[in-house]
Amino acid sequence: MTNTWQDIKNANLVVVMGGNAAEAHPCGFKWVIEAKIENSAKLVVIDPRFTRTASVADKYAPIRPGTDIAFLSGVIRYLLANDRIQHEYVRAYTNAGMIVKEEFGFVDGLFSGYNEDTHSYDKSSWEYEFDEQGFAKVDETWQHPRCVINLLRKHVDRYTPEMVTRICGTPIEKYMEICELFASTSAPDKAMTSLFALGWTQHSVGAQNIRSMAMIQLLLGNIGVAGGGMNALRGHSNIQGLTDVGLLSNAMPGYLTLPYDREDTFETYMSTKQFKPLRPGQISYWQNYRKFMVSFQKAIYGDAATAENNWAYDWLPKLDVPLYDIIRAFEMMDKGEMTGYICQGFNPLQAFPDRGKIRRSLGKLKYLITMDPLDTETSRFWEDFGPQNPSKPEDIQTEVFQLPTTCFAEENGSLVNSARWLQWHWKAAEAPGMAKSDIWIMSGIFHRMREMYRKEGGAFPDPLLHLSWNYTDPHDPDPEELSKDMNGRALVDLKDASGAVTVHAGKLLDGFAQLRDDGTTASGCWIFTGSFTEKGNQMARRDASDPREQGIAPNWAWAWPANRRILYNRASADPAGKAWNPGKPVIEWNGTQWTGIDVPDYTPTTKPSDSVGPFIMNAEGLGRLFARDQMAEGPFPEHYEPFESPSENILHPKVKSNPAARVFADDRAAMGKVADFPYVATTYRLTEHFHFWTKHALINAILQPEEFIEIGEVLAKQKGIVQGGWVKVSSKRGWVTCKAYVTKRIKPLIVDGKPTHVIGVPLHWGFTGQARKGFGANTLTPSVGDANTQTPEFKAFLVNIERATGPAV
Amino acid sequence: MQLSRRGFIKLTGAGLAASSLGALGFGPAGEAMAAAVRPFKLVAATETRNTCTYCSVACGILIYSMGDRAKNARSNIIHIEGDPDHPVNRGTLCPKGAGLLDVVHAPTRLKTPRYRAPGASEFKEVSWEFALGRIARLMKDDRDKNFIDKNKAGTTVNRWTTTGMLAASASSSETAYLTWKVARSLGMVVFDNQARV
Ligand code: SF4
Repeated sequence: MTNTWQDIKNANLVVVMGGNAAEAHPCGFKWVIEAKIENSAKLVVIDPRFTRTASVADKYAPIRPGTDIAFLSGVIRYLLANDRIQHEYVRAYTNAGMIVKEEFGFVDGLFSGYNEDTHSYDKSSWEYEFDEQGFAKVDETWQHPRCVINLLRKHVDRYTPEMVTRICGTPIEKYMEICELFASTSAPDKAMTSLFALGWTQHSVGAQNIRSMAMIQLLLGNIGVAGGGMNALRGHSNIQGLTDVGLLSNAMPGYLTLPYDREDTFETYMSTKQFKPLRPGQISYWQNYRKFMVSFQKAIYGDAATAENNWAYDWLPKLDVPLYDIIRAFEMMDKGEMTGYICQGFNPLQAFPDRGKIRRSLGKLKYLITMDPLDTETSRFWEDFGPQNPSKPEDIQTEVFQLPTTCFAEENGSLVNSARWLQWHWKAAEAPGMAKSDIWIMSGIFHRMREMYRKEGGAFPDPLLHLSWNYTDPHDPDPEELSKDMNGRALVDLKDASGAVTVHAGKLLDGFAQLRDDGTTASGCWIFTGSFTEKGNQMARRDASDPREQGIAPNWAWAWPANRRILYNRASADPAGKAWNPGKPVIEWNGTQWTGIDVPDYTPTTKPSDSVGPFIMNAEGLGRLFARDQMAEGPFPEHYEPFESPSENILHPKVKSNPAARVFADDRAAMGKVADFPYVATTYRLTEHFHFWTKHALINAILQPEEFIEIGEVLAKQKGIVQGGWVKVSSKRGWVTCKAYVTKRIKPLIVDGKPTHVIGVPLHWGFTGQARKGFGANTLTPSVGDANTQTPEFKAFLVNIERATGPAV
Repeated sequence: MQLSRRGFIKLTGAGLAASSLGALGFGPAGEAMAAAVRPFKLVAATETRNTCTYCSVACGILIYSMGDRAKNARSNIIHIEGDPDHPVNRGTLCPKGAGLLDVVHAPTRLKTPRYRAPGASEFKEVSWEFALGRIARLMKDDRDKNFIDKNKAGTTVNRWTTTGMLAASASSSETAYLTWKVARSLGMVVFDNQARV
């Protein structure tokens, strides 16, 4: 989230698309209701199903799963064609006026530079024109035919209201009303907030779904302001923290990136990171990359990371492929290329696409380790549970370790919420039986392996032998000590230009501006610097006071970066420094400095006349309507059909689905055709359940005891399916038998003149826990991911449905 | 009279005189009821602040447990509710958070390390010593066999692709940091979390 949960109350318009906050994030959704009651806000919901969020909406529009880009591109067209953008904001804070290279183009569904053999792009033409000093060229008058805003205008021109409704199946009058509601927030003092979740990410075009809305928010001037923003309502309680700390195949803590093979030396690696500003006077904060990187290496390798060994750069593993994501991991496993797998608080058998492939692949491992408070399906994949998990244990040679761990109530530590707040929590009880914390278990594995390497030698042991481990109890490090490591400390007395000591050796740092690139500071996660200082644990702060009741609560816990609660808050004020919305200012220029209720994006004394852009992580300092080379499938979003889709791509029949997606051959062979699987399916959560854990909790298992699917009345009638009757739902990859819930909440959509039926598949069931035994939605889902992130396409695929007889009782 | 909710619980639970209950505005019916109820069970409990483990709204919760954290006294969690001071949830919990007590005490909570040998049809309970020792051996053997120090071009790459890991997105950032250190120092690249599912 760029903003906070409570800040939603400041919105004039709340758009929920790609999520279902009322059911998936109920206690956050109360702030939407607050906005409606206290701020007369309107709520718009766009969703294939009439969800509980939709039930309290002022406007609800149905949409075919996987067509959000068409819808949103149509909105962009509407805003540009009717001149309903916030001109001053767009001119000052976005790249609308930048001039793009002449070689850039888009023809028949493909951007310039496509390579059919590799399914990827040479992105060199997706770039600005530069002047002699290396600055991007700008036409402030927006007259140049190749300035971004004119290229965008041309790109979205095809998304007429008629085209949008043909693709999306949304009734045209509803669509037009929603366009007008969006447009109403182009007034400088009006804000729209976008709330989204996995309903946008879990598509083969997931990242571009989000970009489409981010572009709309830039055009409307809604980023950085109170009640605005792009608010990703994240999943697990610490999914934000795990992402921040870089537990992803290509990531390092604080959004540093693991090197690729081609970055053979530290200097080559650095040469692509420290982005020079692309416009005069811009901050381009990544210019400090070296400080973050060197401080990180000092944090994990201590004295062993030196200037001479390039801060132990070679000890970091390098990547030969863009991502070793989960889809690739199971492809490798299925091919017999993996030996072992560790699942820490993770249940891939239920959570990953194409469950049959997951089960088959796990059986090819030599060893599987699960660390979990609960008895997961994954840890028992080898056992025969009947049709829900057919198996012949005697044929499965995998050694399985099921390690019991503590749960949230049995540990101290911090979690990062969706709004980037680091909140500390405290242990209330001991774990049951012999269960141990993940910290204890990981330390145990580490010490044993290090001991073996010391005694026996073996493959390149240096990083392991030199890993810094200065904890009071090396076998069970205290979470506070780990927090301090991440915050960072001075390794020598740090001095300012006058020679005065600013931070004494060994002391904790106050902020990332103190980090250095000469090995004199250490910090395990630079964006967390300031979270645990000499003043104490800032994450444990509990002062809920809130200036002007504007939803900032700046002294409650601590938010990264630098305790900033609204990202890009410089954009909440006009170029001269006055709030766009005088009723809800965030920060303003008072003649000498920026003041207000939040921590400004940059040094508070930076004058408005210096024209320093709010988007400090971008080298232009500006929000990007044209993404340059940052996306896999193009600098503008384009509608591509889901990989399993009932429709042709009517915009460009030859390029149906995302041309830059990576699809493994066996996964492609496991894609179904509309002739055999004529219905669109989409998966989702229920409000009573959280993934596959809550079925272990009695109350939740009672509330939603068994697997079911949702089907509209029209299709149910056609297929002779009755309320509560048994059905068999099948995809090319597998089948599920469960009960049917026949509902008015899913109606057929007319897509390109043809009725299209959507089937809803809630995802929570499995064969362990206290609910009734079930298969799980991912028995059906396809193994293909977003071209940028490889997030699986769980939200749009094809199935068939038939009446079935239930199991013999 | 201003009285915090927690203070109120303390007062009533401590056997408040009927007359002052009247002063709180309860009237005679309230007095009779207060006299009849047994001391509120949370009075003797220890209160611990925590966060709901499920979604990233990250609602503040109060955990009540029996036991006073004295050595040799084993705490037992008896009640969990929303934290009224928390600026986001302000005391509320959704159907998931409201069931937290049941997940803490789920009958399927694991208590002992278990091991399943190749081809075996069931788990058997093992010691931590056995489990961690065997795991370290399997990991080291695989790493020694399959570690790639240089690629075909001769560039140092120091990666290990044959053992992978999924990290837990409900674990703390501190757990995550320690996990990162261990996994990457081994050269692990097949490494992911729940961000995408
Ligand atoms: S109580 Fe509900 S809304 Fe609050 S964090 Fe837990 S799951 Fe999320």
